[in-house]
Amino acid sequence: MNYETLSPRELRLEVEALYGDYAETLNDEAFEAWPAFFTERAFYQITSRENHERNLPIGLMRCESRGMLQDRVVAIRQTAYYGPRSIRRLISGVRTHGWGEGEMRGVLKATASYLAVETLPDELTRVFNAGKYIDELVVEDGALRFASRICVYDTLLIPNTLIYPL
Amino acid sequence: MNAPETIPRTIPAPPDRAWPAEGNSRIPYWAYTDPAIYAREQQLIFGGRSWNYVCLAAEIPNAGDYKRTFIGEKPVVVTREADGGIHCFENRCAHRGVQFCQKHLGNAKEFMCPYHQWTYNMKGDLIGVPFMRGVKKQGGMPADFKREEHGLRKLKVAERNGAVFASFADDMEPFADYLGASILPLYDRVFDGRELEVLGYQRQLIPANWKLMFENIKDPYHATLLHVFLVSFGLFRADQPSSVRMDATGRHGALISWKAAVASEGDVQDMKSFQQLKLIDPLLLQPEREFPEFTVVMTTLWPNIIIQQQSNTLAMRQLITRGPESFELAWTYFGYKGEPAELRMKRLRQANLMGPSGYVSMDDSEVMKFSQDGIRPYTQHEGVMEMGGRDWKDEPHMVTEGVIRGFYDYYRGVMGL
Repeated sequence: MNYETLSPRELRLEVEALYGDYAETLNDEAFEAWPAFFTERAFYQITSRENHERNLPIGLMRCESRGMLQDRVVAIRQTAYYGPRSIRRLISGVRTHGWGEGEMRGVLKATASYLAVETLPDELTRVFNAGKYIDELVVEDGALRFASRICVYDTLLIPNTLIYPL
Repeated sequence: MNAPETIPRTIPAPPDRAWPAEGNSRIPYWAYTDPAIYAREQQLIFGGRSWNYVCLAAEIPNAGDYKRTFIGEKPVVVTREADGGIHCFENRCAHRGVQFCQKHLGNAKEFMCPYHQWTYNMKGDLIGVPFMRGVKKQGGMPADFKREEHGLRKLKVAERNGAVFASFADDMEPFADYLGASILPLYDRVFDGRELEVLGYQRQLIPANWKLMFENIKDPYHATLLHVFLVSFGLFRADQPSSVRMDATGRHGALISWKAAVASEGDVQDMKSFQQLKLIDPLLLQPEREFPEFTVVMTTLWPNIIIQQQSNTLAMRQLITRGPESFELAWTYFGYKGEPAELRMKRLRQANLMGPSGYVSMDDSEVMKFSQDGIRPYTQHEGVMEMGGRDWKDEPHMVTEGVIRGFYDYYRGVMGL
């Protein structure tokens, strides 16, 4: 498929499908499949709205390559200590903002809102984190992949820990 | 009122709250859950004779800049005045108690309470009261009402090399004396006079008593046992050279370690989780030697701040209490203005180890929740703290809970327990 010749509506449906796959992969805790959504040199960050608006570079997670995403997965699976939980991500309001030009040629900008709810064993399901995805997508091996995904959260106060990616 | 409140050195302890006879090697579980103990801590610790961290000077560099924060659970505002001076006062209108400042950071010429527009300057003086003399000779404040008697409650302020502290007590010793001769050099090691630059904030609400956070950072015993990441990736081992240090009162403490060439397998056999892993992208962990002598110094200053220097990550971890069983941990990461871009990148990458999603810190946050959950139903029970003995003193190793015992020795004195 040539993504660059799709109509805006067709393109949005493709991006929505990608975001649906992404959310379900994480919701199902299939973390090993998560890095494959990204390019080799992808940038992934979770950061607060207060940091993002002030251009402060530190967030909660920062990965500068697919390898760093894979290292996150190793930590989640093998080294981190944490209690059992379910995190469910709901994504809505997907918008595409057109293909870039010049240096950004081949890069599709897209945004969406997300809501993550958390369920702990002895507690009711609660809103865990709300925010916005700010993405740059590229076509690689015939599929859309994230060259960059920045999760900017409104929920300044994190309820204890954020272990799984958003 | 502007008149200083009398801050008692201690008040009689509740009769049913006697500390266990064993002393500092036991922590009664009611210390983590009792609302009366919590209220006493607010008055005697955070509201008492202590220097509380409030901000970095770099957060309020210009005239009119302010930061909204908390001491214990009391809201305060820290401001930069036109003359460059730093002021701190309660975020509580002297009229009816409204928390007038609602933004974390900002810039203002004055603060106006939205309710009745009482207005304060950046020092906290009351400068305006609408209709103070009434309207058409009707109403208004009594003739003897004086604005200067109704300013905001002001705190004492101390700044040392870029970090700002405030106190509700008017007769605090100088900040350097407060830290003491053994802790001050560790403080000055990071705050050496270079200009600081804030790199980002993280905030987390930890469902545990605030003292569990201090216990965690004063406890080197857990570091190689709980933190599998540290051990698996070769960052820290129990046989690594290390030491613990305290001030003369026990209220401040520091865990110190440094890299050595060592490594025999013998001493790590007790660590059931020991395994060797390699990062797929090694960029994350390529620290550079930045400070002399030690590679990690975690300093806990009474009563609300942890100064983190873990390789190249520098952060203030401020404790803001939110009731007996909850506290906010507010992280402020920083570097030095004009530092090399490569060092800056190392700080950003290594920050992955810290905070609510940190490869190391997430373990601590989870365990603090489970501590609180385990403690909650057992107010008549107590924790055991005997690793390294029953007293507290500086040690050239990490197999000790002495720094926690030192903390509680001082705590009990302040609390009259």
